[in-house]
Amino acid sequence: MSIDQEMEEILQLFFEESFEGLDTMESGLLTLDGGANRETINTIFRAAHSIKGGAGTFGFMEISGFTHSVETLLDEMRNGSRGVTPDALQVLLQAVDVIREMVQSAQAKRPIVMVGAAALSSELLRILAQKGAPANSAPAGAVPNAEAAAGAPAALGDPPASGLPKSDKPDGAVGTAVDGTPPVGTLEGWRIVFEPDSSLFKTCNDPMRIFDELANLGPLEVEVNTAKLPHFGELDPTQCFLSWTLLLRCAAEHARVAEVFDWVDANSKIVYEPIYGAAVPAGVPSRPIAELAPAGGPRPMTAAEVPAAQASAPKSGGESGSLRVATEKVDALINLVGELVITQSMLGRFAEKYEPQDIESLRRSLAQLTRNTRELQESVLQIRMLPIGFSFNRFPRLVHDLSRKLGKKVDLKLSGENTELDKTVLEKISDPLVHLVRNALDHGLESPEARLAAGKSDTGTLELNAFHEGGSIVIEVKDDGAGLNKERILAKARERGLVDADAQLSDDNIYNLIFVAGFSTADTISDVSGRGVGMDVVRRNINDLGGHVQILSAPGRGSTIRIRLPLTLAILEGQMLRVGKEIYVASLVSIIETVQSKREDLSCVAGRTELFKHRSDFLPIIRLYDLFGIEPDSRDITDGLLVVLEAEGRRVAMLVDELLAQQQVVIKSLETNFKQVPGLAGATIHGDGTVALILDVPGLVRTFLERQSMQVGRAA
Amino acid sequence: MTDHELTVNGPTAQKSADEGGSRQYLSFFLGGQEYATDILRVQEIKGWDTVTRVPYSPNYILGVINLRGAIVPVVDPRVRFALEKAPFDSATVVIVVRVAGARGERIVGLVVDAVSDVYSFSDEDIRPPPDAVGSVDQMFVLGLAKLEDKLLIVLDIERLIISSVLGDSKAA
Repeated sequence: MSIDQEMEEILQLFFEESFEGLDTMESGLLTLDGGANRETINTIFRAAHSIKGGAGTFGFMEISGFTHSVETLLDEMRNGSRGVTPDALQVLLQAVDVIREMVQSAQAKRPIVMVGAAALSSELLRILAQKGAPANSAPAGAVPNAEAAAGAPAALGDPPASGLPKSDKPDGAVGTAVDGTPPVGTLEGWRIVFEPDSSLFKTCNDPMRIFDELANLGPLEVEVNTAKLPHFGELDPTQCFLSWTLLLRCAAEHARVAEVFDWVDANSKIVYEPIYGAAVPAGVPSRPIAELAPAGGPRPMTAAEVPAAQASAPKSGGESGSLRVATEKVDALINLVGELVITQSMLGRFAEKYEPQDIESLRRSLAQLTRNTRELQESVLQIRMLPIGFSFNRFPRLVHDLSRKLGKKVDLKLSGENTELDKTVLEKISDPLVHLVRNALDHGLESPEARLAAGKSDTGTLELNAFHEGGSIVIEVKDDGAGLNKERILAKARERGLVDADAQLSDDNIYNLIFVAGFSTADTISDVSGRGVGMDVVRRNINDLGGHVQILSAPGRGSTIRIRLPLTLAILEGQMLRVGKEIYVASLVSIIETVQSKREDLSCVAGRTELFKHRSDFLPIIRLYDLFGIEPDSRDITDGLLVVLEAEGRRVAMLVDELLAQQQVVIKSLETNFKQVPGLAGATIHGDGTVALILDVPGLVRTFLERQSMQVGRAA
Repeated sequence: MTDHELTVNGPTAQKSADEGGSRQYLSFFLGGQEYATDILRVQEIKGWDTVTRVPYSPNYILGVINLRGAIVPVVDPRVRFALEKAPFDSATVVIVVRVAGARGERIVGLVVDAVSDVYSFSDEDIRPPPDAVGSVDQMFVLGLAKLEDKLLIVLDIERLIISSVLGDSKAA
């Protein structure tokens, strides 16, 4: 373990905590939307403060500098000197985005792009300056305006605060020394009186470092005051008796200077006194933040591009490297291991001296071992389980932004946030969920006018719900909008030749058409959705995770998209199937039902494709023995069982000899030592130590249908 | 192919040769003939147990076994070399070898009629194989080692496994 490595780990921890902090800030800010709450503001402030502190420690001065101005604004909200206005919240929300972007850049070891920050920090400064301004002087008013004018065009195409009412806030209490002093000329430097608390050294502060840091900003004159130094005999070297007067000749903003003293504790007295030249303010004061942007840096992002960049960023960030586990889970594990050790010693006793009458207690110990093992297995799996809230948390913001953009009123309801699922599943399901939510907002919910016309409340409801059901997790995205328009979907599908003109389709089949690649019924294409890309990806992602999607919809009352996923990728709820002498495992989720077929339900098309009439559908029959080259008990379909499987919206019937037990199986990779085999998802180990292969149902269906079409092609 | 040879025969082989010039070889029987392989490749030897057949595999891959939780493919060299197949009996064993492949180390089992002995000999003791023509297994033979009373065929086990197990997966 080199220091570099350790440093890297600490750094990663900082990134993770920062992202968490940003999430906290975001959700806090969104709650503030509904009304100011002191505790919430405090929470947001604390999150911002620790990000700033951490960023400063790791030398991400851009981040800590920018976060500082955010913090200043929050501080004023916190101490009540500033009201919570929607516009300020909007700016703060954007600031959260900007900080997140900066942290992401830092994590990816990219240069931190300051374009967004520069524009936004002038916005922040303008808001901050607003309250110091009102009656005092003309120049004070001129500064923010000039800043806003200079800063806004630089970046975000649509500065949201452009319509901000000027100085609608009365002059509040003075937060920091600087705010009360109206500037009378150009800022030339700072006179800082630094009288540290005697415990300065104990808090690991070295004044020399602080001064060095200040000297980096500009020429620094330091004057030391030794008046308080005690007699040499009474001098306690661990205490600080000195104070300093510093003269910094540099036009750095207050935040930049104060940042240097960030880590000096609150008992120390620090007075900042700006020194102004005679001249009238010449516009935008220099901002080190803006200068840090790389010279040939990327062009400013437009407002539309920013979310896109954010969406793709986490993937490249490699964030799945570590796992934060609740202490209780680890404690539970330790307890279980303790029990296991006890059981082991009980069993060990029998090896030393075994009397036939011990058989009963041997059995008991073995039963205990079985229980321990099962509990241990469950607990270990628990470690990978995270509440789905991690994924749901991003939706309040998404819905907030999107509903503004679309001009719809949406009430988002989240439930079941504490439902846990595997980390990998969670990560992979997040993007499809975003897609479904966007779709629901764009296509599902109607505009307020249309809703009123339909006799509904003008505010639509979007519900995200998660719960456990029989070994899987179910996630529902439910809206009370217009519902899917069956006729239009069908018409579009016929128009595009996806469905024969005279085909009769069940509701489910019609709804499933929206998962076909490139299918869209949207009349207009917006940048939110409507291009028909996505739903197919959604379904593929979910199928890859071993789950499936179901659509329920009622015209005028809304639609529900229901996703069913396995709780974990490591364990599969399996159904054992026997073909000849071989045993295979199929995922229980993919099995619709199993039937004993009758002769009259079977038919043959073109002498090749065998079909089984299942309810109203005709399903192609897969003879597994044929596909895998097994010697079966019987080749007669009516002798065996037909297992109706569903994958990617297609159903097939698979012929097997016998159904065996249902059981949870641990999925092992075939690829580690061997290779991927078509039609197989992996392998598992039976109780007797032998290996059973797990069927990859979607792959199997695909392979089968491909072979069919090849045969048909050859025959034609 | 040359890629594999480099990773497999390069550093490890060099190292063991440096340590005193002679290397240890594990010998085993296949269809009445005694073969030998570099013992450093061998992880363990285990008794024959049922394998689970894997569909779409070549006939010389008998299937997969469970090796303490890992799924390990088992190759039957007798089928690979078109040798006479001995019945599976109590002497039949699986030699578990580790091979460095393109995607990291892999563990593969090799069924043999019986394991025999461990011999030490240096690289000079291995003579190039006679240019017997047309033999399929020629490419897997490193050479012949002549001991006092017998002749051992030294197998290039990595090459055998790479071509048997990994060869087909190149496309994947």
